[in-house]
Amino acid sequence: MSDSGLAKLVVAVLRRDVMASLRRGSEWSNPLVFFVMVCALFPLGIGPQPDRLAELAPGILWVVALLASLLATDSLFRGDFDDATLEQMLLSHQPLYPQVLAKTLAHWLMTGLPLSILSPVLGVLLQLPAKGMLALMVSLLLGTTVLSFIGAIGAALTVGLRKGGLLLSLIVLPLYIPVLIFGSSAVKSAVEGGEYFPQLAMLGVFYLVALALSPLAICGALRISVDQ
Amino acid sequence: MSISSTFHKWGSPRWFYQFSGKLLPWLAGLSLLLLVGGVIWGLAFVPADYKQGNSFRIIYIHVPASAVAMGAYMTMAIAGAIHLIWRMKLAAMVMKAIAPIGASLTFLALLTGAVWGKPTWGTWWVWDARITSVLILFFLYLGIIALHQAFENRDAAAKACAVLAIVGAVNIPIIYWSVEWWYSLHQPASISFTGQSTIHPTMLRPLMATLSGMYLFFTWVLLLFVRVEILDRERNTRWVQDQICGESR
Repeated sequence: MSDSGLAKLVVAVLRRDVMASLRRGSEWSNPLVFFVMVCALFPLGIGPQPDRLAELAPGILWVVALLASLLATDSLFRGDFDDATLEQMLLSHQPLYPQVLAKTLAHWLMTGLPLSILSPVLGVLLQLPAKGMLALMVSLLLGTTVLSFIGAIGAALTVGLRKGGLLLSLIVLPLYIPVLIFGSSAVKSAVEGGEYFPQLAMLGVFYLVALALSPLAICGALRISVDQ
Repeated sequence: MSISSTFHKWGSPRWFYQFSGKLLPWLAGLSLLLLVGGVIWGLAFVPADYKQGNSFRIIYIHVPASAVAMGAYMTMAIAGAIHLIWRMKLAAMVMKAIAPIGASLTFLALLTGAVWGKPTWGTWWVWDARITSVLILFFLYLGIIALHQAFENRDAAAKACAVLAIVGAVNIPIIYWSVEWWYSLHQPASISFTGQSTIHPTMLRPLMATLSGMYLFFTWVLLLFVRVEILDRERNTRWVQDQICGESR
């Protein structure tokens, strides 16, 4: 297949998934609502003192964004599996790798991207100092993409199971840890006025590795799930 | 003997069952001898540590359990890869058997670590880089076990777990390294591993005994688990029925 054909395939899958998600509004809005609600629980749980909230804000925002992205991941292949679109994808002459890549990117466009854009607002609610806002947004932009790709492996493995949701969290959360460490650390450094580019660079490395390698695992996992 | 014929032999559950049956008594005897002997040696005959007193003696369980727990994960991932690439059923059985054993060893490592931490550091738990890494290893094992149990189809379960084990194995170095990095960011508390300093030979020798004993013990238990799995899967074949009911016929 020529390069332009591949590009066409990626764009076609991307468009289809983004359109489908936009038309079913809840798919992209639910993770956002979850993000806002859980962030609002923290001041209620630990107290409203601004300095204490400011200190905890980088960690809270990152953990909650991670959970919101995780919850959204379960639906990544679910609809296509239920109506057998996934089977057609596997049977078609088109290579699976670019289709999986496009599907995961589309999923990120509808979950990780809005989360990252919304994050400064929640940063304000949690008293995150203004110095940390840019680091928060950029680290979430890079980090949630990695989370989407890792989560897609788990979603592909569990899509054929009836009770996927909780299981997906169990198998995926340990793999999320490096992203969380570097993401929240970037925001913390920025708040303390330190250098945060190294952490972002590490997230960039994870981004590229996940982009290149995880579709291989996702393709293998989808074949197993559809075959059974 | 050519490589391919060796390969086919290892792919035959029947051959493996009979071959491992011969190994079992040796493994059982040697591992018990080394473990029991090493523990008695370490508990009764090694002098007490000048700093930690007698509490350091838990090292003779703690270190072997941690080392074997980590090695077991890599073995599981390699078995998973063999199963995915060459469709070797035996590898799938090995993989399935390792997960609960490895999880138990990881739990033992965490538990003995906590028991050791209380008198040495004054606390049961510290968010130290190594402890955190082992905790994450424990989570990875639990994920594999949960995934395996969720599938009704045995072949799909084996393949899915193989993919997850390989993804986990690729991630383990990244996780360890990022946890190290995370920990070095924090100012380390006034706690340090006294064990990191060179260990005296009189203390090391029993440790070597329990360490090799733990590897043999792991292999022994693994073979037992795999043998049960073989009997379960092949229960409708002639040779298993001969094997089990042979005496009564």
